[in-house]
Amino acid sequence: MSKKELRPYFLLFALPTFIAFLIGFVVPFGLGIYLSFCKFTTVNDAVPVGFANYLAVFDKNIDNGEFIHALWYTTLFAIVSVITINFFGFCIAMLLTKGIRGTNVFRTVFFMPNLIGGIVLGYIWQLILNGILARFDLTLTFSEVYGFWGLIILMNWQQIGYMMIIYIAGIQNVPPELIEAAKIDGATGRQVLGHVILPMVMPSITICTFLTLTNSFKLFDQNLALTNGLPGSKSELLALNIYNTFYGRVGFEGVGQAKAVVFSLIVGALAIAQLAATHTKEVQQ
Amino acid sequence: MAKYIPETIQKGDLLPPDVQALVDEKAKKSSYTYNARSSPYSMLWTVVLSIISVIYVVPVLLVLVNSFKKKAYISRNPFNLPTSDTFVGLENYKNGIEKIGFFQAFGNSLLITIGSVIVIILCCSMAGWYITRVNSIFTKCFYYLCVFSMIVPFQMVMYTLSKTSDALHLGTPWGIIIVYLGFGAGLAVFMFCGFAKSIPLEIEEAAMIDGCNPIQTYFKVVMPILKPTAISVSILEAMWIWNDYLLPSLILDKTKYKTVPIAIQYLKGGYGSVDMGAMMAMLVLAIVPIIIFYAFSQKYIIDGVVAGAVKG
Repeated sequence: MSKKELRPYFLLFALPTFIAFLIGFVVPFGLGIYLSFCKFTTVNDAVPVGFANYLAVFDKNIDNGEFIHALWYTTLFAIVSVITINFFGFCIAMLLTKGIRGTNVFRTVFFMPNLIGGIVLGYIWQLILNGILARFDLTLTFSEVYGFWGLIILMNWQQIGYMMIIYIAGIQNVPPELIEAAKIDGATGRQVLGHVILPMVMPSITICTFLTLTNSFKLFDQNLALTNGLPGSKSELLALNIYNTFYGRVGFEGVGQAKAVVFSLIVGALAIAQLAATHTKEVQQ
Repeated sequence: MAKYIPETIQKGDLLPPDVQALVDEKAKKSSYTYNARSSPYSMLWTVVLSIISVIYVVPVLLVLVNSFKKKAYISRNPFNLPTSDTFVGLENYKNGIEKIGFFQAFGNSLLITIGSVIVIILCCSMAGWYITRVNSIFTKCFYYLCVFSMIVPFQMVMYTLSKTSDALHLGTPWGIIIVYLGFGAGLAVFMFCGFAKSIPLEIEEAAMIDGCNPIQTYFKVVMPILKPTAISVSILEAMWIWNDYLLPSLILDKTKYKTVPIAIQYLKGGYGSVDMGAMMAMLVLAIVPIIIFYAFSQKYIIDGVVAGAVKG
């Protein structure tokens, strides 16, 4: 279908999506950036205040250092969960491409937690972890350290299966001739893994790191259900901290919006860095 | 010359020999596994993986077991099986269903998820095809905005989106479908554009020469070719919308409409003690339909995830 014939059909083909996209994304996004420079309690009483909100985000006297704490907490959480999820996901994917008996059953079971929503997952693990900690007279909300490892365990349980699926697809795309050639040349199993399989599944590794990284940074539901940021706001990840700034503290809407912009910039920077990294790798191959 | 192999080829379709050879080669490659069934470690690995599988299933079983216990015994001893003292039968279920209006919430979730997915697939596949075929500044901007919207975290638009939808009175299960179309359009348009680019123009030109107008061309020729992508997109969007908590909790009028995640969070709400019995029962009711659905459509779900990851 060429351009000329299709163009008059804009109303039917593209307009519904475009209008919904304006309502659902473009307008809120633009308004959000504008409001981050304003003081407001509802959208109608916004008064521009310049960069005051941004300064407040990083001001220990106004925000009690909560955002900075959440930023470090989230960064640490993202690093640990990216490493553990990808490591275990890749190991299980390697095992499940060996043609072991029961492969399909294992794959089904490992993927299952992904379909369960974050809120439900949070309460499942709250029950289990509190049950274990109760033996030592502790609870998840006793210290942010327990909340941290609780979230790590939860995210591993949920996301290993998802990454496993992507790694399996990557490993199955390695041409068998390459592995045979390496074996004929006398490569050991470990050498085949390190010098043939790993370089060939690099695209999958990039995708999975990207997914786990952004998932960890954007995590909200699990955090809300598992600890709700307790004790105090010590186990808040960035997303929950922003939510609580908006809806938990009166008069802090502007600061919350400024936090949201900073948060978006961080996530955006991570995504761009990741894309750039993928690009250089593709050139090398 | 690379030949175009439609994804919809079925086993047993009669194909020209050269195309058949390509299909066979593709099948051979994808079914390749490191054959280790004969190796002595094979049994060992099966045992190890079985143990891990049990660890994977235990959390869900634990919730199921606890849903039959008296609420006072749940947080104290979650790992004990119910005894004649602690067993309460279906009381937790009855209690929980009444407290949060579970079936209404379930109906709302079903309506919102199915409605949104249908609308997203229909509107975004049309938009994706239009964007790919009509190359103008507008379509380019639209495309890049969609890609951009996939990166932006929800917290960025959280407050302003809830105000916008309030102003437009979208706080009903029908209204929220429009919000989901807008916020889900990024991924869907991106994936449909990616696939529409690979459809050869000749197919559409042939349809036009046979007298189809663009609408007929779309529904009779393009849409069937887009089907595999449509399945992937609907799986990804359905997984997101069914489990989404924050967006509906901000946009829906919560006194009238709840979804399943909102209803469960509502059980926790306030500062009082939580009815753990009802909580466990509702968690079970939230999980069971998903597992049944998963059992029947596993293959599509897993393929959808792979396709989404490769294109996203």
